[in-house]
Amino acid sequence: MSFAQLIGDWHALAVLFVAGVVPNQIWRMLGLWFGGGIDEGSELLVWVRAVATAILAGVIAQIVVEPPGALSTVPDVLRYGAVGAGLVVFLLTRRSIFAGVVTGEVFMLAGKWWLG
Amino acid sequence: MALPPLDSPQWQSPWRAFAWGLRSITQTILTIVLFVTYLGIGALAHDTHFSLVWALASTLFVWAGPAQIILITTLGSGATIIQSAIAVTVSAIRLFPMVVSVLPLMRTPTTKRRELVFAAHLTAVTLWVECHRFLPLVPRERRIAFVHGLGCGLVSVCLVANTVGYFLAANLTQTLGAAILLLTPLSFLFSTARNSREVADVVALALGIVLYPLAARMNSGLDILVSGVAAGTIAYGVHWWREVRA
Repeated sequence: MSFAQLIGDWHALAVLFVAGVVPNQIWRMLGLWFGGGIDEGSELLVWVRAVATAILAGVIAQIVVEPPGALSTVPDVLRYGAVGAGLVVFLLTRRSIFAGVVTGEVFMLAGKWWLG
Repeated sequence: MALPPLDSPQWQSPWRAFAWGLRSITQTILTIVLFVTYLGIGALAHDTHFSLVWALASTLFVWAGPAQIILITTLGSGATIIQSAIAVTVSAIRLFPMVVSVLPLMRTPTTKRRELVFAAHLTAVTLWVECHRFLPLVPRERRIAFVHGLGCGLVSVCLVANTVGYFLAANLTQTLGAAILLLTPLSFLFSTARNSREVADVVALALGIVLYPLAARMNSGLDILVSGVAAGTIAYGVHWWREVRA
């Protein structure tokens, strides 16, 4: 991999700042500037938190339903099964993130191996 | 490793406090969760044809896993800059209440706002959780230095993870590459589920997953926003209804 490949093109880096850094950072700076007067338990913030959680859930679903790159070579049933198996173990182990992730990964790898 | 007592001379130097913050990353399981998540982000960046420097810059300057993933997946699936920016900014609103609640823990009556800018930048869910755990054990006048150390440590771990994930995705077999990409949805799903204490959070998470495939059929380019706002609003409705009845 060459040095130029590591950097990529400058256009993509500009897009990173316009579409990623600024829209994200603006909320931290608003929190810094206007934070004092906001009630943490206000109804508006409850709604904001719910929408933010649901958007994150959508991202999780998008990666599993429309998988990028190498993940698209894994059959649908194995991807959904891996998330399902991980979730069951996560709940059974009193919410152990580690146990859930390991189970999901093992399910997917074992399935891949078994299917050949 | 235990932090020195509050009245220890160890806390007299801000640099020492920074070093204690840096070392504290070894005291939390969340460091491993972050490492795994950022391994996945590095691999994702590779498989959606972004450069390594791009991935590292996103970690340094965005420093919010969900926003980085939204940015990579939306841009990678052909969304416009405006569409990506909207999805990122909506996901980032949750940083606002986090910053609002975490900065008072570090502030002293003489603290100037500019001294808190870097701490505000470092604030994301992991740091927010750890601040509530560690800061009561740190003398107030050294807390900003401690948080700078903790944050820099976590960012460094994630930069290493990005690099490792990127090269693994480039060089591993397809099956192992897929396994690394799968780390991201798994770690996000379970860490979000773990942080969901209220019914509204659980409903938002479950409904957000279920509604996404429906929203994706509309092909609006804003699928994640559509399903997110719908699921989040319904979850808020459930919260409101329970409050009214209670």
